[in-house]
Amino acid sequence: MPWDEGLVNSLVYDQPDPAEGRVTSYVQAVNEALSLALAHDPGVFVLGQGVDDPSAMFGTTRGLQEKFGRDRVFDTPLSEEAMMGVATGAAMNGMRPVYMHNRPDFVLLAFNQLITHAAKFHYMDNGQTNVPLVVWAAIGRGWGSGAQHSQAIQGLLVGVPGLKVVMPSTPYDAKGLLLSAILDNNPVCIFEHRWLMKKDGIVPEGLYRVPIGKAVCRRPGRDITIVGASHAIELAMQAAERLSDDGIDAEILDLRTIKPLDEAAILESLHKTGRILVVDTGWMKGGVCAEVGCVAAERGFADLKAPVARIGLPDVPTPAGYTLEQFYYPDAARIATAALDLVRHGKAPGPVSSR
Amino acid sequence: MTETNIRYRYDGDGVPGFEPFTGRHASAELLDLYRSMLRIRRIEEEIGRRYHEDQMKTPIHLVIGQEATAVGCAGALRLTDLLYSGHRTHGAYLAKGGDLKAMLCEMHCRVNGCVGSRGGSMHLIDKRVGMAGTSAIVGGAVPIATGAALAAQMKGEDRVVVVFLGDATTEEGVTAESLNFAALKKVPVIFFCENNFYSVQSPLATRQPNRDLRNWAAAHEVAAVRVDGTNVLAVHDAVATAVALARSGGGPTFIEAPVYRFRAHGGAGDDSATGYRAEAERDAWESVCPIAQFGDVLGQSGLLDDPAINAMEREISTEIAEAFAFALASPNPTEEDLYQHVYATEAGPTDAVG
Repeated sequence: MPWDEGLVNSLVYDQPDPAEGRVTSYVQAVNEALSLALAHDPGVFVLGQGVDDPSAMFGTTRGLQEKFGRDRVFDTPLSEEAMMGVATGAAMNGMRPVYMHNRPDFVLLAFNQLITHAAKFHYMDNGQTNVPLVVWAAIGRGWGSGAQHSQAIQGLLVGVPGLKVVMPSTPYDAKGLLLSAILDNNPVCIFEHRWLMKKDGIVPEGLYRVPIGKAVCRRPGRDITIVGASHAIELAMQAAERLSDDGIDAEILDLRTIKPLDEAAILESLHKTGRILVVDTGWMKGGVCAEVGCVAAERGFADLKAPVARIGLPDVPTPAGYTLEQFYYPDAARIATAALDLVRHGKAPGPVSSR
Repeated sequence: MTETNIRYRYDGDGVPGFEPFTGRHASAELLDLYRSMLRIRRIEEEIGRRYHEDQMKTPIHLVIGQEATAVGCAGALRLTDLLYSGHRTHGAYLAKGGDLKAMLCEMHCRVNGCVGSRGGSMHLIDKRVGMAGTSAIVGGAVPIATGAALAAQMKGEDRVVVVFLGDATTEEGVTAESLNFAALKKVPVIFFCENNFYSVQSPLATRQPNRDLRNWAAAHEVAAVRVDGTNVLAVHDAVATAVALARSGGGPTFIEAPVYRFRAHGGAGDDSATGYRAEAERDAWESVCPIAQFGDVLGQSGLLDDPAINAMEREISTEIAEAFAFALASPNPTEEDLYQHVYATEAGPTDAVG
């Protein structure tokens, strides 16, 4: 059992109502998307360190090699940069690779190929070559993952033209967005969150797509917009429940894609509520919090009744120790408190350095 | 500078007399190889001559002195085989059959450049002839070519991929990673290393221990050979052997071709006088000029004479003049063009030639 399995197993989520449709786990939803894509298109292949090992990339790749063969689902050398280049080269020549990583931290080894090559070829050769590449990684959190095994790097990629970045928050989206990513003709990074892996949800069978670049409203509300993606949405939904006890009606906007950003949806919600709190699983500075906050300030200024507020990770590397971790990661209570302050007192959370 | 300042000596055998290659190459093919090298030399010289006019607002990396590697290699490939390269692209592009007008338009930043003025001289591609991609990051194209070969293998295509790299590229970790993977999967890729002994102005000796690059490649279970990079036929034959191995499922080959650039790393002139390499060293290599050597042998064999050379020179000169005139008369891109092709919107011509 992977070292963090127990932690993830201990998380408790609301159970979906089976009357609403077929219930599957998040992991199963990802597995189905991969299986359907492999069956649907002979150009699709899945690679990554350990995709065929007993852990099967948290279970997401279980059974795929048996079903589709060793040529289409294969383990890789510990050569992240070269394999990102190999996947890019294959994508440039008619294939649709899905390159999977246990952690986004390992993708950092391949930034040269991802950012300087995969993201730029279509532009550099005047649109002659497409790079339909999917890079998948699961953000770790907790149990001592520490500074080098828990990084949520999406913020680093928000400013890279040519890339798309997707962060699902539900099993339904995990499957539909992965299928969209595989069918997309551009390089798409999918950052899953390890803590969502045991979440169940309603997931239709067969092929369907969730559009890339479209946010969705998870909870309508009047008083404040809480916007984010991935596991931050889980926390925001919990925070919204607490806020309703205080008579505050929070709207939750799930970005689903952080690049390209659904600016229209952000501005529409802000127009309705007049307040915005951006939440992210990554660092607050220079990332998703900063970009979404800037959109609100730049284009939604007239609607703002309070300062733009953000809650992400402080400007600190992730500590490994349990106690320090508790101070480091924001939780639903902190999000609820920030939202309350914003609505009641027009006050944003304190400076980043003190968080 | 004296003879003793020469750090990297030519240790090839020169182009042998006509007898060794009689029967292996048709006369027309031999003349094509010569003409192709001469054409690249003249194009490069003209680019160098006009560069100071600042109409070509792009960095240039001339291949003068390195024509035999590009031409010998491309000559052993089919149209449907793919060629990838690093920043020194001019020779590979032209040898593979890339369009000269589109190249010069690119270098003049015109909208009808081969990549619409988005790439400049380091990104010359022409997918119609299999000049498939380049990277201006040292080592960047190596895994991409390996991936292109993997795609060919997975699709069951009869296609070989060659990637041009330099001596410094063997110092990049990604190159070792790519050789490892290529050997593991036996993908049809050829790593063609033009060892010109200098990375910009850093000599090989300050960057690598004194070693045989073939051993480095062979340590990855990749077939490894060395060939005289000034001898177009030797290059051609080495690549043909590697291509045959790759086509038969035998996997990758690493070819080291010692060769010399007569000009600076970048720009139009030579920079030997700055002292990083001896002018005597450059002179020694110029005395084994790949074009002159091959021309002499063809002359001795009776295949080539002065009138024939003069006729080639006239044709080439006319073609070059027309291409420059075409480029200079071509339209510039508009601001709207800047925003095109950041993302692919629909299925595009992802597949390679054929």
